[in-house]
Amino acid sequence: MTAGSLDGVVASKEILIVCGSGGVGKTSIAAAIALGAASRVGGKVLVITIDPAKRLASALGLEEIGNSESRVPDSAFEEAGLTPRGELWVAMLDMKESWDSLVLRHAPDAETASKILNNSLYDNITSRFVQSHDYIAMERLFEIHATGTYDLIVIDTPPTRNALDFLEAPHRMSEFFGGRLLRWLTAPYRAGGGRGARLVNFASKPFYQVADRILGTQFLQDIAEFFLNFQSMYDGFVARAQVVERLLHDRRTTFLVVTTLESAPLREAEIFCGELTKREFPCGALITNKTLPESFTAEAGAEAGAALIANAQRLSEVLAETGVEALADSAIDERVLRTVGESFGNFSVVAAREAELRVELQAWIEGELVNVPSLDADIHDLSGLAEIANHLFT
Amino acid sequence: MLGEPDGSAHDLHSEELFSDAQEPPVPELLKKRLLVITGKGGVGKSTVTAGLALLASDLGKRVLVVEVDAKGDIASKFEHPPVGFVPVEVHPNVSVLAMDTEASLREYLRLNLRIPVVGRIGPIARVFDFVATAAPGVKEVLTIGKIAWEVRESIAGRAPWDLVIVDAAATGHVVAQLGAPDAIKDLVSVGPIRSQTEWMTDLLADPAITALNVVTTPEEMPVSETIDLVGRARSELDVPLGAVFVNRVLPELFTRAEESAFEALSGEAVRTQLESSLGLNLSDGVESVLSGARLAVTMRRSRAEHLADLRAAVDLPMLYLPYLFTRSHGVRETRVVADALSAEFGL
Repeated sequence: MTAGSLDGVVASKEILIVCGSGGVGKTSIAAAIALGAASRVGGKVLVITIDPAKRLASALGLEEIGNSESRVPDSAFEEAGLTPRGELWVAMLDMKESWDSLVLRHAPDAETASKILNNSLYDNITSRFVQSHDYIAMERLFEIHATGTYDLIVIDTPPTRNALDFLEAPHRMSEFFGGRLLRWLTAPYRAGGGRGARLVNFASKPFYQVADRILGTQFLQDIAEFFLNFQSMYDGFVARAQVVERLLHDRRTTFLVVTTLESAPLREAEIFCGELTKREFPCGALITNKTLPESFTAEAGAEAGAALIANAQRLSEVLAETGVEALADSAIDERVLRTVGESFGNFSVVAAREAELRVELQAWIEGELVNVPSLDADIHDLSGLAEIANHLFT
Repeated sequence: MLGEPDGSAHDLHSEELFSDAQEPPVPELLKKRLLVITGKGGVGKSTVTAGLALLASDLGKRVLVVEVDAKGDIASKFEHPPVGFVPVEVHPNVSVLAMDTEASLREYLRLNLRIPVVGRIGPIARVFDFVATAAPGVKEVLTIGKIAWEVRESIAGRAPWDLVIVDAAATGHVVAQLGAPDAIKDLVSVGPIRSQTEWMTDLLADPAITALNVVTTPEEMPVSETIDLVGRARSELDVPLGAVFVNRVLPELFTRAEESAFEALSGEAVRTQLESSLGLNLSDGVESVLSGARLAVTMRRSRAEHLADLRAAVDLPMLYLPYLFTRSHGVRETRVVADALSAEFGL
C-alpha cells in the first residue's frame, strides 16, 4: 500500500468538507487535519465541529465556547510537544443560535423576526426541517469564508442518515420555500387580506379537505400563520442558498470522505463519492480510519503465531526455566502463548477482510487514499490529534 | 469471554430479564410485544435487531421487524433482497417491512378517515410533501402509528405477530420519533389527529407491551450517547426502557497472573530465548504477534473504561455481545449473534 497524504489538498484548497457515515471518526479526523495544517503549513486555520466527543472538545479547549470562533492557545501546542507555525481556531456549531441569527438577518423587519422567533412552532420546525442542520452548517461556512479571515476552513458535517443530504440542503431549502404546497397553504390567508382571515374556498379544494381531515382546522391555521411570516424571508433565503451552492462548487473547495474498512460504511462512501462525481463536486481524498496495522496480515506473523500455539507446551517449559519470576509457572506460560497466538489469528482475519475491502475500493477511488490506523486510546489532548495528523501528512 | 471488564462474567443480568416459568424459557424481554432498538450510527443496530429476531423465532415466536431507516440492512442480514412496505417473510417466522411514510399515510387515510385516495386528490405525493415538511411531528406519527397499529392488531389477533421489533432511528432522533404522539397533543388542541394519537401513547407507555432498548459499543461517543438517551428517555418520554446491548466487546485475553507473564515475554532476553527455542527464523513474526496482543490488550482496556462509565451511569440490564472475528456475514453472522444473545439471556 502506498501511503497517500493530504499535503497537496491542504496546500491548494481553502475549504475542506469532511463527510462520512456515523461512527467512522469524522470529527477527530477534521480536528486532526486542522491541527496538522496549523502546525505544518501555517496560516490561520479554523475547524468547525458539530458535536464533538467530550474529550475531544476538552482537547481543543471547546468546553466553554459556543458558536463563535476561539483560538487554541500556543501553550496547548507546547504541552503536546508541538510548535505551531500558524494559528488553530475552533468553533462549535450551535443550531439554535445559528437559526436565530439567520431569521434576524433575513426577516424584513424586527416585528416579523420576533413573531417568528416566538411562534410555538418555530423550535419544532427548525429542528426537524428538511436537512436543517446541513443547511445551517453550510450557512455558517459561507458566512465565515466570506470574511476572508481564515486561510483554511475544515468543516465536520452533521451526522445524517444520508451523507447526500448535505449536498442537497441548499437546493432543498430554496425548493421548500418556493414550494407550491407552501403557497397553497398560505394562499387563503393572503387572499383574505392578512392573518386571521377566514379560509376562503377552504372546503372546495380537495387538498385542504385532506389536510383538514388529518390535522384539524386550528392546527392548519397555526401552521399557515407561521409560514406566512416565514415566507417573508424567502428571497433572502433563496439568494443565500444559491451563493452557498456556488461555494461548494468552487475550485477552492474539496470534499474529504472518511470511512472505516467495514462493508457498510465503505458502501456508503462509495455511493457518496459517485454522487460527488456525478454532481461535479471535487473529491480530494478518501481517508480510511481506524484500520488494523498491516503487521496483522504479514506472513511471518501468521507463521510465528501458529508456531507459538503448536509448540506452546515445550516453549512454556523453556520459559519457566528462564529464572524470570513472572514466568515461573509453566502452566500460565502455556496459556499465555496459546492466547497470544490465537489473538493474532483472530485479528488477522479482520485485517484480511480489511485488506480485501481496500483492494475493492481501489477500483472506484479518485484522488488521494490516506490511511489512519486504529490508535490505542481515545483522543484526550492535542498530542492524540497530532498522532492522527502524522498519518494524514508526510 | 464476554462478561465484565474485570472478568466476573454472568452475575450482571438483572433477575427480571428472565422468566422462572415453563419450558422453553423465554426471557422477559422477549415476552413483550414491541421492542424498539436504537443506538448511535455505526454500532451495529441492525445486526443486533436481526439477531434478536432470529432468537425470538427460535423460541417459537412469529416476528415482524420494522426497518425505519429503510436501507435494506435487515433483509440482507437474512440474505434476502430488500423489501417494501408490505411485510415479507425473509426467514421462517421472521417477516420484515421497510417503513415508508407515504405508504403509511395512504394506509392511514384509507383505514381511519375513509378517504378514497386515488383519483380524487391527484398525486398523493403532494399532500405527503406538505404533511411531512410543513407539519412538525406528522412524519414521525405516521412512522410510530404504523408500528403501533401492527402491535395493536397483533394483540387483538388480527395480525400474525407475537413480537414486533423496530430497527429504529438513531439515538439523536428516536426521542422525537417516540415522543411524536405526545408532541402532537401539545400542538393540536382538537382535531382528528389528536384523538388518533392517544391510543398510541397508551400502547407505547405500557411496560407489559413495549420496551425501548439501546445498542452501544464500548467506545466513548456511543457510550455518552447511550447515557444521554437513557436520561432523555426517562425525562421526556413515557416509554419503558428495556436493556442495553453492548456490541463488539473484545475478549479479556489475560488474568492478572497471565498478564505479568505476557509482559515478561516482551523483555529482550526472554524474547531472544523464545525465538531461538522456536528454532525457526521467526523473530519478525514473533515481534508482530506480541505487538498484536499488546494492541488487543490496550484496546480492551480503554474500552473497559467506557464500559465502566456506562455501567456507573445506566442501571438497565446489560447484554454483552462479542466482537466478531469471523468472516461470516448474512445469515451466518446473524446466527452467531442470535446464539450469543441466547447465551447472554442464560438460555
